[in-house]
Amino acid sequence: MKIAITSGKGGTGKTTVSTGLFQILTKYMKYNVQLLDCDVEEPDCSIFIKASKTASYPSTISIPKIDVEKCSFCGKCKSACAFNAIVMFPTANFIEVSADMCHGCGACTYVCPNNAIQEQDEEIGQITHFDYFAKDEFIEGRMKVGKALQTRVIRETIKHAKEDCIILFDSPPGTSCPVVATVSSADFVIMVTEPTPFGLHDLKLMVETVKQLNKKHGIVVNKAGLDYKPLYDYIHQNNITLMGEIPFSKTLAGAYSRGEIIAETSKEVTEIFRDIIIKILNGIAI
Amino acid sequence: MSREIVILSGKGGTGKTSITAAFASLAKNAVFTDCDVDAADLHLILSPEVYKRENFSSGAKAVVDINKCTVCGSCKDLCRFNAIDIQNNEIIIDEFACEGCGLCSIACPVGAINIEQYDNNHIYFADCRFGPMVYGKLAIAEENSGKLVSKIRSYAKETAKKVKTDYIITDGPPGIGCPVISSVTGANLVVAVTEPTLSGWHDLERLIEMIARFKTPVKVIINKFDLNEEMALTIENKLNEMGIELLGKIPYDETMLYALLERKTINEYNPESKLAIIINEMWNKIINIC
Repeated sequence: MKIAITSGKGGTGKTTVSTGLFQILTKYMKYNVQLLDCDVEEPDCSIFIKASKTASYPSTISIPKIDVEKCSFCGKCKSACAFNAIVMFPTANFIEVSADMCHGCGACTYVCPNNAIQEQDEEIGQITHFDYFAKDEFIEGRMKVGKALQTRVIRETIKHAKEDCIILFDSPPGTSCPVVATVSSADFVIMVTEPTPFGLHDLKLMVETVKQLNKKHGIVVNKAGLDYKPLYDYIHQNNITLMGEIPFSKTLAGAYSRGEIIAETSKEVTEIFRDIIIKILNGIAI
Repeated sequence: MSREIVILSGKGGTGKTSITAAFASLAKNAVFTDCDVDAADLHLILSPEVYKRENFSSGAKAVVDINKCTVCGSCKDLCRFNAIDIQNNEIIIDEFACEGCGLCSIACPVGAINIEQYDNNHIYFADCRFGPMVYGKLAIAEENSGKLVSKIRSYAKETAKKVKTDYIITDGPPGIGCPVISSVTGANLVVAVTEPTLSGWHDLERLIEMIARFKTPVKVIINKFDLNEEMALTIENKLNEMGIELLGKIPYDETMLYALLERKTINEYNPESKLAIIINEMWNKIINIC
C-alpha cells in the first residue's frame, strides 16, 4: 500500500500529516511502515522524526566532459543537445558543457564521432536512510542547494520503496513534474488543504492532477475552524471523501513550530489520524 | 530601469502571496508578476483583467509512430530516464518520465520516434487595480521548468520599460529548485518570508544559501512571529550573525484571512490595522534600499 501525501498549496500541512500518520501507524498500530520524504527541495520530515541514521549516499547524474584535443568541432553534440548545455566557439578552440543546464541524457556522447566525450558523476543530492522502531524505515531525499534537477532526486528516493509494507510519500507542493514523479507510483493520494480561498484554488488543481493520473484520493482539511463554505461545498459536490479535519489552534501551531509531532499532542488529535488510516485501509475513501 | 523585487519563502504557506499583494497595493508605480506558475494565487487578490493570452512550450516529449517501429528496443536501452518500456510487443513511453532529450529519436534506426513540443502552458497579460500584471499558469502535470518563469520575467521587464514603472514585484515559487533559481537570477532584491518554526528556519537557510550563489541581496520578514516568539528571536539572532537584515516581524492575525476572503489586501481591508501599518513600514524600508 503506497500512500502519497500532497497539496497544491505549500504550507497546508503535508509534513504534519505524513509524519503524524507515520508515528501513529508505527508506534500505536504496530504496522511495518516506510516514510519517504520526497520534498527534496525542502525536506522537513527529519525535523519531526527523530530517528537514527543508518546510511547515506549521493544521488548523481553523468555530466559529459569534452576532450578538446580529440574534438573536431563538428557540432553534432551541440545540435543533439535538447537543453542548450553545450557552448562551442570553434575559432577559439573552445567547447564546454554547462553542468547546470545538462540533464545527463547522454545524447552528446552517443553522437560524438571522435570519442571525445567522457562522462563523470556529479552529485545532485543525497539519499539518507534512518531506522525507526527497528522495524520501520524513514528515507530522505535531499537536493543539493543550487541544483535544479529535483525530479531526478525524487525518482532516486522512490526507488527505495519496499513492496511488503505501508509506504508514505511526503510530496513536494504544487502539481507539476516533481509532484507527478511522487504520486505516480502511489495507490492512494491524500490531499491536504486549508479552509481559505488559496487552499481551495490549489486543491482544485490537485484534484485535476490525481484524476488525470487515475488515483484513488481523499482530502484532509488542516487548520480547520474557519467555516469557509466554498471548500466544503466543493468537496461535497465532487463527491470526494473528507477523511479528517485537523483543527487550528495556537497550541498545535506552537507544537509544530518546535518540531513536535502534532498527532501525539492529545488523544483527540491522535484519534483524527487513526480515523484517516482506518478509512484508507478499509477502502472507504475511493 | 525598474528594480525587480522577488518575494520568496523556501517553505510554502508562510504568507508570501498575501504580503506580495499588500506590497502591490502600496507600490505607486509597478508591474506585478506571479512566478509561482505551479499554483499561482496572486490573481485571487489582485483580480486582474486579462487582455492577452499566449501559449508557451516548456518541454518536449518523445512520441512513437507504431507503424514504423520495429520494436528493436534500442531506444529503451539508451533512455537514461527509464521512460521507455516494451509491453505486448509495443514501445510505451512514459510521458511523465520523458525529459524530451531526443536521444531515442536520434538513435532509432527506422526514424519512428518524433519529439513533439508541448505548448499547453499559458502566459497572461492583464491589468489589475494597482497596475499591469503578467502571470503564468502551467498545464497540469507539466514540467515546471524555469523557462516559463524566465519568460514571464522578460515580459514583465518589457512592460515595465514601456509604461516606465519604478518596480517589478514578483510573487515567487516555493522551494529552491529550478523555477526558484529562474526567478532570482538578476533580480535586485529578494524578500524572504519565513515563520517561527523549525521547518521555516530549515527551509529559509537553504533558500539563503541558494540565493547567495547568485549574489542577489536578501532581506527577511518573519510572519506570524508570535506563534513562537522564542523561535522568532532565535531566527533573528541567526540572521544577525549572517549579516542579513530583518525587514520586520508580523504578528499572527486573522484579519489577514478576512481581507483575503473579500479578495482585498490587508492595506485595503483595514489600512489602520496593526498589520497594515507594519507592512507599510516594511515597504518604505524596501523602497529606501531598492
